[in-house]
Amino acid sequence: MNPESRNEAADWTRGGEAVVYQTCADCGTAWYFRRDFCPTCGGGHVTDRQASGRGTVHAASLVTRAPSEDLRALAPYLIVLVDAEEGFRMMAHGDRSLKIGDPVTVRFVRFADRLLPYFDPST
Amino acid sequence: MSWITGVGLTPYGRLEGRSTVDLMSEAATAALADAGLERRDIDGLICGYSTTLPHLMLSTVFAEHFGLHPHYAHAIQLGGATGCAMGMLAHLLVESGVAKNILVVAGENRLTGQTRDAAIQTLAQVGHPVYEVPLGPTIPAYYGLVASRYMHERGVSEEDLAELAVLMRRHALMHPGAQFKQPITVADVMASKPIAAPLKILDCCPVSDGGAAFVVSRERTGETGVRIIGAGQAHTHQHISAAPSLTRFGAAESVERARTAAGIALRDIRYAAIYDSFTITLTILLEEIGLCGRGEAGSRARDGYFDHDGELPLNTHGGLLSYGHCGVAGAMAHLVEAHRQMTGRAESRQAKDASLTLLHGDGGVLSSHASLFLERVR
Repeated sequence: MNPESRNEAADWTRGGEAVVYQTCADCGTAWYFRRDFCPTCGGGHVTDRQASGRGTVHAASLVTRAPSEDLRALAPYLIVLVDAEEGFRMMAHGDRSLKIGDPVTVRFVRFADRLLPYFDPST
Repeated sequence: MSWITGVGLTPYGRLEGRSTVDLMSEAATAALADAGLERRDIDGLICGYSTTLPHLMLSTVFAEHFGLHPHYAHAIQLGGATGCAMGMLAHLLVESGVAKNILVVAGENRLTGQTRDAAIQTLAQVGHPVYEVPLGPTIPAYYGLVASRYMHERGVSEEDLAELAVLMRRHALMHPGAQFKQPITVADVMASKPIAAPLKILDCCPVSDGGAAFVVSRERTGETGVRIIGAGQAHTHQHISAAPSLTRFGAAESVERARTAAGIALRDIRYAAIYDSFTITLTILLEEIGLCGRGEAGSRARDGYFDHDGELPLNTHGGLLSYGHCGVAGAMAHLVEAHRQMTGRAESRQAKDASLTLLHGDGGVLSSHASLFLERVR
């Protein structure tokens, strides 16, 4: 494994204010869900990279019926799929004004004991 | 060659006091009686899963309870595609000589066996545990995301989606076992409680109790034979964040594999049994498979094309949206209804010529697809 892939970047899933994705040195694929090989070619030359946090809204759904008591405090909340400018897609929360195709920028909001990625319209 | 020799189905809805194995047993008893078979004739058993009985070995839990000693047994898990996938597996096992009579059975007290929050949270776990579930999406939210994109690209309106809810309710009113008994209009759907935009509660299937079963056999037993002539699957992703597209899924690919195996043309089918967890699910599947043009599902539904006396009868029992959805058995009700249509036993719902049927199920978030073609032989 490439030493660079040992970068244990603290992204939002680990409590850090960052979105981290991975790329393959062999075939150039970029993806979001971390693993230690490339899901396209199987190669092991994987690099963790911090995303710019900029992208475009691909899909959006305003959730009124939250799944649990703690999340009801946030409802209604907008769930978005954002196409990051680096070429991967991610799920996040977003400003309720967002529409498909809008350019967006990430920030991080604290909710209960976790950090959630939240997209605002790019200014 | 394999034959569907018997089917069994309970009413769906609120069935107080019935456990998973109770509901499985009731459906299995009905399917055996319909096939004219005894417990000792069953040498294969395939079942699905139950969120209220999450056992490691559900098939043998059921075999012991029901009194079966099969040569072959296990459970499979493929979300909403499980029913069609179990049919495919039973077909392949019978064809290969592993078993003569395979009981395929599912049931679940999904409504009364847990709280509504527990059901919603369990189902939401098909999302990614690290990257999606912490954000609070639900199954309707995953499908709401798909709907937002599909409607954006294909010019489908919320009213178009609502037409499919109205159609399924119209059908359910003709089936005594359906969960919902009141007619609805497009205006009712549009005014119903928001869940995950653009989906409102009447765009969503309910949570139900119920059971369904069928027997797949090497030899036909009834006057009218129904045989499985082709089966196929396609699996493109698991999580919606990793879906290759939100407007094209694996449905067409799965159906094409089954169609090639069957050696028939899609235009020859006379009855359609298509998974309808949400109005957007049914819309996308109908349009992607090619049972209507892109953007046409709603208008076809409104115009009666999918009615029991229309050109392509669809889910004449009311589908998941109005007959009800109790998990794995949910989509098996589509198969039971197709069998009744093909054997002329659909009573007031009877279609004029259900000689060739396409069944299609999807699991996850339009991520796993399984398809079957059934042919009537007199």
